Amino acid sequence: MNAIEIRQLQKSYRVYQKNEGLMASVRGLFHREYREVAAVKAIDLDVEQGEFVAFLGPNGAGKTTTLKLLSGVISPTGGEARVLGHVPWLRENDYRRRFALVMGQKNQLWWDLPAQESFTLHEKIYRIEHDKFVRTRDELCDLLNVGHLLGRPVRELSLGERMKMELTAALLHSPDVLFLDEPTIGLDVIAQHNIQKFLKFYQQERKITILLTSHYMKDVAALCKRVVIIAQGEIIYDGSLAGIIDKFSGHKILSLLFSDGRMPSDLARYGDVLEIVEPKARLRVDRGKISQVLSSVLANHTLEDISVEDPPLEEVIAELFSHSAEESERGKTAEEIRNGEMRTAGVSERSNK
Amino acid sequence: MLARAETWWTILKICVEERLVYRGDFALGTLMRFLPIVTQIFLWTAVFASAGSGLIKGFTRNDIVAYYLLTMLARAFSSMPGLASGIARQVREGEIKKFLVQPIDLIGYLLLARIAHKVVYYSVAAGPFALVYYICRSYFPGWPPTEVMVAFLLSLVLAFLLGFFLEATMGMISFWFLEVSSLLFVYMLFTFFFSGHMFPLEILPEPWRTIVDFLPFKYMAYFPAAVFLGKVQGTELVHGLMIQTAWVLGFIVLCRMTMQAGFNRYSGYGG
Repeated sequence: MNAIEIRQLQKSYRVYQKNEGLMASVRGLFHREYREVAAVKAIDLDVEQGEFVAFLGPNGAGKTTTLKLLSGVISPTGGEARVLGHVPWLRENDYRRRFALVMGQKNQLWWDLPAQESFTLHEKIYRIEHDKFVRTRDELCDLLNVGHLLGRPVRELSLGERMKMELTAALLHSPDVLFLDEPTIGLDVIAQHNIQKFLKFYQQERKITILLTSHYMKDVAALCKRVVIIAQGEIIYDGSLAGIIDKFSGHKILSLLFSDGRMPSDLARYGDVLEIVEPKARLRVDRGKISQVLSSVLANHTLEDISVEDPPLEEVIAELFSHSAEESERGKTAEEIRNGEMRTAGVSERSNK
Repeated sequence: MLARAETWWTILKICVEERLVYRGDFALGTLMRFLPIVTQIFLWTAVFASAGSGLIKGFTRNDIVAYYLLTMLARAFSSMPGLASGIARQVREGEIKKFLVQPIDLIGYLLLARIAHKVVYYSVAAGPFALVYYICRSYFPGWPPTEVMVAFLLSLVLAFLLGFFLEATMGMISFWFLEVSSLLFVYMLFTFFFSGHMFPLEILPEPWRTIVDFLPFKYMAYFPAAVFLGKVQGTELVHGLMIQTAWVLGFIVLCRMTMQAGFNRYSGYGG
């Protein structure tokens, strides 16, 4: 069963267009020019009950706008969406008691009071049975290891501790759908890891549906089987994380370790030289040419070690984002970007990961 | 229904706790509000001394001081420091999202928070208030009859509700303008002249004297004080209470309408 169904969902904002300078400001008092900015352009998406989906995309791609639409914070310019059978922007209490949105900090917790007080308030407004509330709270605090902090005012907690409290607050009413906007932003590696571990465990245990936006590829790699890439308000990829590399990267990374320090000077003829630290070298080679390059390298040089790898996911995605931004400036549509990147299809080498 | 009452009770308790966090600032703020009383008493004493005659617009010096002390009490009910600007801040900083996402009513929540605020304030201020009134007891004509006392208490409760819903409505305007401080300044200016907290409204010339009867401001300071002092009686008193109630009901409706329209605008324009 689909937990989330999105059809042709659109959202555009009207922004005030102001030119630079004082004169323009004065003119702006009398006559304002507005520009329509399409944040989300007619997207379609189905998410099944119990899926953990990541939204990836550059800043301003429409990820957060989509989460806001699905949680009813904003209403769309066009199109439809159903979450658990409800239209989110009608903001029915029946719906509001079944999902949670974690968006930044200071959203649910009372700044000056201990988190415990905010939790008690949630117990009441979400109408959670007291026994169940106590059980859920203790379980969540146990998993996130924040039980000892319940009595401390929220403003005195560290960023990581506050995020854990936000998550606890969001999950007290056992929502069926959870929207997470950048849950690990600004956290150190250990805190990020803890939150990832928790989310993974909780999602597997409860089989709830989670939609997450993040900039950290590690979050995504650790948590989500399915990745949706949004750029310029359109979905340009929907599939597995590994599939992104297959689909969008035309290159492989070739690492060579030359024996006896005999490093040739003309490596550039095999591909782009990324790095040379004698006796090692790293090259970027077109996927289509990799077997040819390999045999030629092996024939001409004595090597101690050799490896062929996929480029790091971050790089592929960074390239894809900057690429899609350029394409859209030239007026290409997402459809063309989706198809245009297929040039490497059919290459048979698999990475040695 | 029970679940709803429990929710309200919990919100009330938590709001009281929150008020008590900054106890130092709170105690100081409460005490400082008593300073203007002393200066006002001196001011009116000086005014009467220079006027020569014992009466200004039918008020004796004692009347004026008693009136002034009573408007202080009425304003302790009807003034809502930080209500509209607080809503504006929440809209600007996006905290208002919470009320779109969670099953909680913004106005109900604000009202409970304000009641908590007032309860804490009264319990701290009751001592100093009682002391001031005791010291100044000679200015008062004495306790009014029971029915006047009941009308007085009723007018205080209505003054609280009127102040709350009026200022909350102004806060909701921040959904359109983001910043409401100049609007609040205009409101303060009107309150200053038309609520009667700087001078008894009898001093106003006609037609203002009649106009203020139909504006909401007078019911937040002048009216309760005038009721206590027996200046409005009989049908005039009933009419006054009716107009006050009508304003309260009007602003309850207006407040909810602006909130709904504000939410729609907010969700339409950005969030």
